[in-house]
Amino acid sequence: MSRSMRIKGGLIDRSAPLNFSFNGHDYHGYAGDTVASALLANDVHLVARSFKYHRPRGILTSGAEEPNALMTIGAGDDADPNTRATIAELYDNMIVKSQNHVGSLNFDLMAINDWLSPFLSAGFYYKTFMWPAAFWEKFYEPVIRRAAGLGALSGNEDPSLYDKGYRHADLLVIGGGVSGLMSALLAGRAGLRVILADEDFRFGGNALAMNGDIDGKSYADWINDTLDELAHFPHVTLMPRSTVFGVFDHGTYGVLENLSDHLPKQDKPPYRQIMWKIMAKRAILASGALERPVAFADNDRPGIMLSGAVREYANRYAVATGNNVAIMTNNDSGIDTAIDLLQAGVNVTALIDSRASAESHQNLPKDIRLIAGDTIARTSGRKRIRSVTLESGAKISADCLAVSGGWSPALHLTCHHRGRPVWNDDIVGFVPGGDLPPGLLLAGSVTGAMSTKACLDQAVTAVNTALKDLGKKTISKPKISAEDKAYHISPLWQMGSNPKARKFVDLQNDVSSKDIKLAHQEGYRSVEHLKRYTTMGMATDQGKTSNVLGLAIMAEQSGRSIADTGTTIFRPPYTPVPIGAFAGRSRGKAFRPIRLAPSHQWAKEHNADFVEAGAWLRAQWFTRKGETHWRQSVDREVLATRSAVGICDVSTLGKIDIQGRDATAFVNLVYANGFAKLPVGKTRYGLMLREDGFVMDDGTTARLGDNHYVMTTTTANAVLVYRHLEFCRQGIWPDLDVQLISTTEQYAQYAIAGPEARQLLNKIVDNGVDISDAAFPFMACGEISICNGIKARLFRISFSGELAYELAVPARYGDALIRLLMDIGQPLGITPYGTEALGVMRIEKGHPAGNELNGQTSAHHLGMGRMLNPNKDFIGKVMAMRPELTRDDGVRLVGLKPVDPNHAISAGAHIVAIGAATTSANDQGWVSSVAWSPMMQTSIALGFVTSGNTRYGEVVRAADPLRGNDVEVEIVSPHFFDPEGRRLHG
Amino acid sequence: MIIQHPLLGARDAAEFTYLGDASMLMRPDPASASHPDKLMTAFHDYVHLRDNPAGIHKELWFHEQGDRSWLVVTRNVSTHEIISVELASDVKKASKRKSK
Repeated sequence: MSRSMRIKGGLIDRSAPLNFSFNGHDYHGYAGDTVASALLANDVHLVARSFKYHRPRGILTSGAEEPNALMTIGAGDDADPNTRATIAELYDNMIVKSQNHVGSLNFDLMAINDWLSPFLSAGFYYKTFMWPAAFWEKFYEPVIRRAAGLGALSGNEDPSLYDKGYRHADLLVIGGGVSGLMSALLAGRAGLRVILADEDFRFGGNALAMNGDIDGKSYADWINDTLDELAHFPHVTLMPRSTVFGVFDHGTYGVLENLSDHLPKQDKPPYRQIMWKIMAKRAILASGALERPVAFADNDRPGIMLSGAVREYANRYAVATGNNVAIMTNNDSGIDTAIDLLQAGVNVTALIDSRASAESHQNLPKDIRLIAGDTIARTSGRKRIRSVTLESGAKISADCLAVSGGWSPALHLTCHHRGRPVWNDDIVGFVPGGDLPPGLLLAGSVTGAMSTKACLDQAVTAVNTALKDLGKKTISKPKISAEDKAYHISPLWQMGSNPKARKFVDLQNDVSSKDIKLAHQEGYRSVEHLKRYTTMGMATDQGKTSNVLGLAIMAEQSGRSIADTGTTIFRPPYTPVPIGAFAGRSRGKAFRPIRLAPSHQWAKEHNADFVEAGAWLRAQWFTRKGETHWRQSVDREVLATRSAVGICDVSTLGKIDIQGRDATAFVNLVYANGFAKLPVGKTRYGLMLREDGFVMDDGTTARLGDNHYVMTTTTANAVLVYRHLEFCRQGIWPDLDVQLISTTEQYAQYAIAGPEARQLLNKIVDNGVDISDAAFPFMACGEISICNGIKARLFRISFSGELAYELAVPARYGDALIRLLMDIGQPLGITPYGTEALGVMRIEKGHPAGNELNGQTSAHHLGMGRMLNPNKDFIGKVMAMRPELTRDDGVRLVGLKPVDPNHAISAGAHIVAIGAATTSANDQGWVSSVAWSPMMQTSIALGFVTSGNTRYGEVVRAADPLRGNDVEVEIVSPHFFDPEGRRLHG
Repeated sequence: MIIQHPLLGARDAAEFTYLGDASMLMRPDPASASHPDKLMTAFHDYVHLRDNPAGIHKELWFHEQGDRSWLVVTRNVSTHEIISVELASDVKKASKRKSK
């Protein structure tokens, strides 16, 4: 079925033939082809079905702006949907499939939508699917999604890898056409560090599509020579296949480099794409211009293409896009296409120019049949254009129609800081306004320059501006000889006099001139409203070929000029970027760093079950043989600790080293309770408030020397507390002589708790270290040595309520220390315990933790009102005394014990009186922490109850209507176990 | 964004965490007010009231992935143009000298 449409010339490599399949049929192409050029070389024009009406569609363009020819490339998990065939490089054995049809591409069952088009006009979603409301989610949306869609993902994890990188440059040149190449060349010669990025795999831009000379060399030779010279500069980096998709702040540019999409599977490098963040002092945008079509009846038939694309397929890819090509133009570039096609041996049946006369008509070769002053009324040929009928009535048979409605500068990146394009009557298009992103310069046809000479001159000017800005010597203007024709265009937006004709404007979203008219009738007069109501320009191509046309038609409707109508602007990305590229390596286990405690490896070897605590993994219990439920492990760990000795890794708690002559004053200011009189060698519990008076965190702080403190924080708040302390130090009391550093990761710290704790420690402390109760009483601290000279810190503090110590050693000894302690502790019955047993024991003791310090509780709520020291300044001092935070009938931390010991209380349950309705009006507080107490043989809980401290003995309900648990509980003191604290003084 | 750190030069904004209005440096002195109600009002304003202009704003940034300096960045929040960057400690010390 396929005929070869190859012609002579081109930039393809005929020595490297490639096979590929499209919808299961095998075809041939060459290296240097895109999927689009290879399909056209096989005379395949019908390549897609449209978004909404499922109309047969062909290839419109030859670049990144393509609205129609979206393909799925590859198979299985690798399949990449919605790839533009016009930029997808062909490789051997490539598998290409079309999208968005039910049945075959040739006979799409969904094409019924085209007949239903009167019901599917602008806003039909809002008008049609109104009721019943419940139908939207279950019925309408799934059906619409199936009918109107793009290609589908495989549904499996993306097997590709993505990476991120940073590059720095004096000058980033965006776009590798002649303007960009000249900019990079001159800047490279001037010694600037230059990066030249282009989305194409071949540098040259639109010059690859054209015939012409620069300084006596053909475009192809000039491009090759320039690239050769650039390649020799060590300070110039060439980045082909790299799309600058966004301009961000302060000279930061987002660039997506494609490493593997153009290679067959066996040759692909491990990384598919790299997301570059390029920091450039200056950038030159040389992105060129994009051609736009004209609206006319049935202007979307396969075979109807942009004139510049037809020219590029002939000149660059050596492909004739038809045997009889008709050209429709309103400007001089259509004339150039006709001349080039004639030269390439492609038959031009007619050159139709809407202009009755033009300078460029003068020198046309006689072989070209010019029809001036006429326009197109309609076309025929559903799956491939067959003929064109003109307004004058003439009928021209053509299997390809090349259309040019003029050129729109590719100014998208100039809008990324909300710059507004301005209308230019000379080129009939929007050009960049003055409000460019800082550091961005322009060169070439993005400014509206239409001759090669004008583009190159602008490159010189832009490079000199950059050199001047960077304090470098400017260059003298080189003499450049290149094509410098005047360019003429006469506005032409719509053709044909039939008012009922459907003329497509936005091909990707199937928006026609009728939709724009309708939107205007219904009152959507602003361009922003027009865009959203009709969805014009909102497809993945962001309306690159359609926006200006749509605005012009809207301007015609309203009788305003295009300049007055204005334009919508563009946001990043310039072209679609895979989400995977933004994620880079941050996926799966690498989504965020995992912090491992010093005993992690040992814990893993001993059946620890780990829980995430912030970024840390902490052992929550250690399962032993025969234990089938976590509660068995936790109960055993609690009982063993309270009867012999337990050990727990508490290295994850934040540790902040505080030193300086004013260290005491500083600690005293950041804690609410007094620290001024803490002696050296002692530790104290500290309560830290936020400035709004609520409790922020708690911990213990040890005074190791006159001017040296070590503060601990909760695991969860370590970062926040450190940040807060630095703020206090630098921002509030900068005159204090004090320095802070986090030492959380520098020390491995173990809690050693239980009646045998001292005996265990005595086995490892060095001779002369006295840790007897008399020498080292409760709350003592000091720097000691263990295991024959290893420096350690010992704190006699207790979270469990037992005789307990925390022993800190440099982190590198952490693994060895836990192994040693477990070994020598065996005769004493040592048992490791995890965070669950830790939690059970602290609830038995009524110690508040994260559940109680949730940022909404005050010192008074926690029963610590008296700790607020009235005789000093501290963070939170004033606001902590607000009536709501201190009132006597506010909530207080209490213990809760179920009347039936086996009836577990729900965490989060609310306290209501017996017999009262479970309503928020009757709410008297909440349950914050729950546990089974193996010591008390009952469920227990901590909670906050209104005036709770005065209600011990009262029975209320802990109601949890959400989980259907309603328990009668007695309000008790939060100190369930050993309330006198005899054990910790042991 | 790139922040010109007064000690370290140009640094990527990703190295910083953001706090907000630099008025947080101006903590009232609990010992200064004559009346407890006035003190409470002063602290209420300090804790809860923030300027949020569409334009030039002085704001606090913490160089958490760097040298742990708190910075006062004067920035146009509409355009992201950074006008000046100072150490918060310098700003605070200068304000203290001024009030004396």
